[in-house]
Amino acid sequence: MLDKNGIAKRIAKEVKNGYYVNLGIGIPTLVANFVRGDIEVEFQSENGVLGMGPFPFQGQEDADLINAGKQTITALNGASYFDSAMSFSMIRGKHVDLTILGAMEVSENGDIANWKIPGRMVKGMGGAMDLVASAENIIVAMMHTNKRGESKLLKHCSLPLTGVNCVKKIVTNLAVLEIVNNGFKLLERAPGVSIELIKDSTDGKLIISNEVPEMSL
Amino acid sequence: MISKKINNIEEALEGVQDGMTLLLGGFGLCGIPENAISELVRLGVKDLTCISNNAGVDDFGLGLLLQKRQVRKMISSYVGENDEFERQMLSGELDVELIPQGTLAECCRAAQSGFPAIFTPAGYGTEVAVGKETREFDGKTYVLERAFKADFSFVKAWKGDTAGNLIFKGTARNFNPNMCGAATITVAEVEELVPAGGLDPNHIHIPGIFVQRIVKGVNYEKRIEQLTLTPKL
Repeated sequence: MLDKNGIAKRIAKEVKNGYYVNLGIGIPTLVANFVRGDIEVEFQSENGVLGMGPFPFQGQEDADLINAGKQTITALNGASYFDSAMSFSMIRGKHVDLTILGAMEVSENGDIANWKIPGRMVKGMGGAMDLVASAENIIVAMMHTNKRGESKLLKHCSLPLTGVNCVKKIVTNLAVLEIVNNGFKLLERAPGVSIELIKDSTDGKLIISNEVPEMSL
Repeated sequence: MISKKINNIEEALEGVQDGMTLLLGGFGLCGIPENAISELVRLGVKDLTCISNNAGVDDFGLGLLLQKRQVRKMISSYVGENDEFERQMLSGELDVELIPQGTLAECCRAAQSGFPAIFTPAGYGTEVAVGKETREFDGKTYVLERAFKADFSFVKAWKGDTAGNLIFKGTARNFNPNMCGAATITVAEVEELVPAGGLDPNHIHIPGIFVQRIVKGVNYEKRIEQLTLTPKL
């Protein structure tokens, strides 16, 4: 079974040379720590920077340079700044190659819910609806079950949707899954995790064909 | 050159009245029009509709207007870093409309550019699209979103000249350029105001035609919301 860093490490293997990548808040942010050093990748933050670098050292922080999580950041050589309309042109126009974001629920047809829990304070969708409606390549990073132990991979989402029919791949603490033919196709198991446990933890249709290898990290 | 220069923030906000719709630049507390917000608080105008990506924090940014209960409606993509906001929203004093961030940006740009509406894929199939016109293009469905109609735009730039030309810095740019010219009157406040000719035309982000009033801002606090550092080894 993986922890949050493990999930991020596995997803980092999906980041290919030459990719422009948008990382959501939470586990997705950790992915940047595990991307191979020998490939060229640029991170986009939807508030208006491409070529985002690590957090600054003390004394180098700049109030005019933050990421979408409102954290202070730095910009790498070759970075650029732009306005919000242009930022979402990059996203909506499919110029960003890979979007990695968290979710509360994913359904077997690729619907995603990650912005609102009825009855609780609603903070808003930020850029999530634009990202999921447009990106060709969306990977969801999340735990397989919620805090009550209930599956987050469902037949239908119970929470208000962020987008429909959009998720392609899911990496959880238990498995790597792909959405195909209205089902979760099991591609890989996390180290030490049995297929039985994945079956028990998945409410939606789980498609298991051939052997399911353990993921290499 | 047509001069857009205004001497102080009081004059720059002349004409702002109760019940108006305002566009306010900034993402989080980054690149917000601090001087215009302070002056709105001083004027005490009420029943405002504020269109801004976020709603500030309790004691800074748009939170200052919320504290004084000057805002009737917020149109934003992400809110709630702010206890007073939550209280007013839950008690029904404050009307809140949440829209996708890219839609917010593009509805500003549409207003700036003379488009009455845009079609966006964002929000299709979700509650954001309920009651809105949708249309299919090449097998994908899009939601019709109307351009904003606002009375004033308040934006913050890094440098400007008396002709109203603007240059932004870092991610403090965000919604500010998109809101220029998207309302009847655009008021730009800048950290540094130079005479026309003092900025290289090659470096201008927003031409002065989109700006009606430019004023040199004072006492910028530029508060950092989430100071996050890389530890030194």
